[in-house]
Amino acid sequence: MALLEVENLQTHFATLDGVVRAVEGLSFKIDAGETVAIVGESGCGKSVTSMSILRLIQEPPGKIAGKINFRGRNLLDLPDVEMRKIRGKDISMIFQEPMTSLNPVLTVGRQIGETVRLHEGLTAQEAEKRGIEMLGLVGIPAPERRVKEYPHQLSGGMRQRVMIAMALACNPKLLIADEPTTALDVTIQAQILDLMRDLKTRVGAAIMLITHDLGVVAEMAERVVVMYAGRKVEEATAVQIFGNPQHPYTRGLLGAVPKLGSSLQGHGRTKLTEIQGQVPSLRQRIVGCAFASRCPIVTDVCRQVAPAVEAKTPGHYVACHYAERAVAA
Amino acid sequence: MNPKAPMNASRPLLEVNGLKKHFPLKSGLFGGKKGYVYAVDGVTFAIDKGETLSLVGESGCGKSTVGKAILRLIEPTAGEVFLAGERIDNIPISQLRPMRRRIQVVFQDPFSSLNPRQRVRDIIAEPIVNFGLAANGSELDDRVAELMDKVQLPRDAMKRFPHEFSGGQRQRVGIARALAPGSDIIICDEAVSALDVSVKAQIVNLLSDLQDELGLSLLFISHDLAIVEHLTHRVAVMYLGKIVELADRRTLFATPHHPYTKALLSAVPVPDPTAKRQRIILHGDVPSPINPPSGCRFHTRCPFVFDRCRSEEPQLRRVAGGQMSACHLDEVPDVAVIPKAA
Amino acid sequence: MTSSTLMASGLSVGDVAAAPALPDVLAPRKQRSRIGMFMYRHPTIFVGGLLVALIVAIALLAPLLFTTDPTALAPARRTRAPSAQYWFGTDMLGRDVYSRVLYGSRISLIVGFSVALLASVVGLTIGLLAGFIRILDTVVMRVMDGLQSIPGILLAIALMALTRASVENVIVAIAVTQVPPVSRLVRSVVLSLREQPYVEAAVAAGTRTPIIILKHILPNTLAPVTVQATFICASAMITEATLSFIGAGTPPIIPSWGNIMAEGRALWQVKPYIVFFPAIFLSITVLAVNLLGDGLRDALDPRLAKRI
Repeated sequence: MALLEVENLQTHFATLDGVVRAVEGLSFKIDAGETVAIVGESGCGKSVTSMSILRLIQEPPGKIAGKINFRGRNLLDLPDVEMRKIRGKDISMIFQEPMTSLNPVLTVGRQIGETVRLHEGLTAQEAEKRGIEMLGLVGIPAPERRVKEYPHQLSGGMRQRVMIAMALACNPKLLIADEPTTALDVTIQAQILDLMRDLKTRVGAAIMLITHDLGVVAEMAERVVVMYAGRKVEEATAVQIFGNPQHPYTRGLLGAVPKLGSSLQGHGRTKLTEIQGQVPSLRQRIVGCAFASRCPIVTDVCRQVAPAVEAKTPGHYVACHYAERAVAA
Repeated sequence: MNPKAPMNASRPLLEVNGLKKHFPLKSGLFGGKKGYVYAVDGVTFAIDKGETLSLVGESGCGKSTVGKAILRLIEPTAGEVFLAGERIDNIPISQLRPMRRRIQVVFQDPFSSLNPRQRVRDIIAEPIVNFGLAANGSELDDRVAELMDKVQLPRDAMKRFPHEFSGGQRQRVGIARALAPGSDIIICDEAVSALDVSVKAQIVNLLSDLQDELGLSLLFISHDLAIVEHLTHRVAVMYLGKIVELADRRTLFATPHHPYTKALLSAVPVPDPTAKRQRIILHGDVPSPINPPSGCRFHTRCPFVFDRCRSEEPQLRRVAGGQMSACHLDEVPDVAVIPKAA
Repeated sequence: MTSSTLMASGLSVGDVAAAPALPDVLAPRKQRSRIGMFMYRHPTIFVGGLLVALIVAIALLAPLLFTTDPTALAPARRTRAPSAQYWFGTDMLGRDVYSRVLYGSRISLIVGFSVALLASVVGLTIGLLAGFIRILDTVVMRVMDGLQSIPGILLAIALMALTRASVENVIVAIAVTQVPPVSRLVRSVVLSLREQPYVEAAVAAGTRTPIIILKHILPNTLAPVTVQATFICASAMITEATLSFIGAGTPPIIPSWGNIMAEGRALWQVKPYIVFFPAIFLSITVLAVNLLGDGLRDALDPRLAKRI
């Protein structure tokens, strides 16, 4: 059985301007110990998906429907008390902005300790010991000294390490990392990605990586789910997604990303692929394919019938009537 | 377009010489000075007509401060800036206006760089009005319409307010405003960093096209090396207020010299899961620009550091690959063995 | 159906696998009229605005609302309880409290609005200049600090003591106490706006400083100042009533809510309605203006304005 199985997830928000369908019929699985990346541009629903899994969506104005099966239990059916036991213990989360995600008036040791004391009932001394252990694990030098420091005394990279230490303190089965390196500089990002790869082999948690950065996806993920307008448009292994993308949106996205080393091959400047137009409004029900308004190979069928997510080859799911054609085009 | 910039017999369009900006740190009741933030500490480069020079580096390296000091949005502490041979860093603000017509700027955040209470037409028209470049209202309208065509904005956008547009379209408005006075050089301060991937590609392509069409010079300030490689002619890498390496595009990306450049290049994630790369992980964080390290500023994180680096500051000099690099390596025969990166 | 294009594409609707239909998780938004939509979005502005409009109407139309001369003395019918003839009763000089309260609203509104306008205009000017001229900033802001260190009501009493009692002097005295917070607010907004990229872009585009202040800074300070002005309006009404109540405000000959309450104070235990009716009117008016201010603040706050 998969560790996490999301089925037909719908997360909608009631706003003054109407209902926003942020996530619309999303299904995917994460196996134990696996790294799955959820990729898409801003507003595609990837962060809302992670918040929905942890049930951190405020209801109202939000509303979650569908199934989120975690180790065989549907999280959407659990009472709040049970859900609180899962959050931070079985499923933990790393956020994008390490400064605002840490409490500025508590020492980092206290903040790591809080989680383990809550979930594992450790004493204050034991919790501090665990804090030092965790800080050492995430590669913070002199952890005995650092546990007594406050977030503002740490650099951005160090804070993100503390966030990771907090997330891993209770040995979670699933770690949700929402843009974990977006706010960091590239050399610090390299450190954190390195750390996450290293920890993954040592801790064995599954990682759900949410990002817009295809470079980070290629470095970290085993499987990739590409989202557009709240829907899954393609899912495959990382090698398949980057080597043999099927959906026109995935292809457009990959073409739009400049690759380091491009100047070494060609002469002069090359044009990047553009995806014309803009993301459709999520306030109306979209009839037909959500990508139809920007798709280079759109036909009338696409405008009338929303494509089902189908396995084009084993393990490679695409939501496009013209998947094969897209490859040929 | 040829990546090599057209060589000009006369002086370059923009010359920056030993530019410094030290921000005083105030403290205490009476605002006594506690020290300085050495944001930019002696930066020298030049940009030719029609050329793109990129300033790259991580946050806090001073790249944006360089742009603002050239624009005199902040007053430089020391150094010289020449535009077409005329010194512009020390003339009074009142005499600066003719220069302002020639240097324009596009900022990072497409949401805060446009006045929310101005219509698109008025935003684009503002520099034209300021410099008296239109004789009457209809000429002004024609000029604005022409600029909107150039940046591929629909004409009906004229009467609308910035909040009615997406990030990419707003950035087009910003570019149109920068082009409006017929500028020679545009400083793009992280101009595409806040945009989504697909929109970023649109704006990068637009900037390249405009440069080819109008012969613009660009000072492209960015932290995104992959984007920089796509549209630049030359690159200057900054670290803690100084340029550590300055090279043409091909040389920098093929044979980087400075250890920081190498680490920076190797740290960029590549969208190809099959790529096998030797990664240089730099340890530690960027030191504070309030107390920059002695000697070479990179010595606290450099994998090749030796004694001389701690005491003596390396000067930017021409090295074997043809680029300028500020590193003691290669100068001392017994440490000349550099592990190949990338 | 355009079958020809479907043929050309090689696929028809029947050939493709359609995604399963999804239910509505939330009920679709109700269709509302424009007024309904405004009420739904900004209930406090609606309620506050409606009440303020009502009180303004009462003040303007006071002569038509079955009032008598509010200053007409009739010792014969002193301190009558509220009745069909004297809706709010009469005071110890036999004046009709209903008429006095209705005419009194004019004083409160005039003072409230005038103080709000005066303090905003002066504060805006000082704040804009202080935000742009460094020397002025240090000097003027220290003066403002000094003014703010004196409790507003004491400062107003002191100022009133220097002049003779009149509505104009009350307005000036209260406005003086409200200028420092407005200029402080404007100055802080100006300082943050100056750092905005669009202001820097305007500087880089060769826009002269006066134009920058007028076109780029001023319009963006108006929203917070408007909000502040409504709160000043409410607090000025209370201050005016207080000043009148202690005899340092509008001349006793003019019926203002503070004056009516001051005169009714002696009879408070036996004839509470003389104080009660002006007090209720004052409370409702202040509440209405504050509601309006709260609503405006929410509506004009750019952080709240960007809804999903």
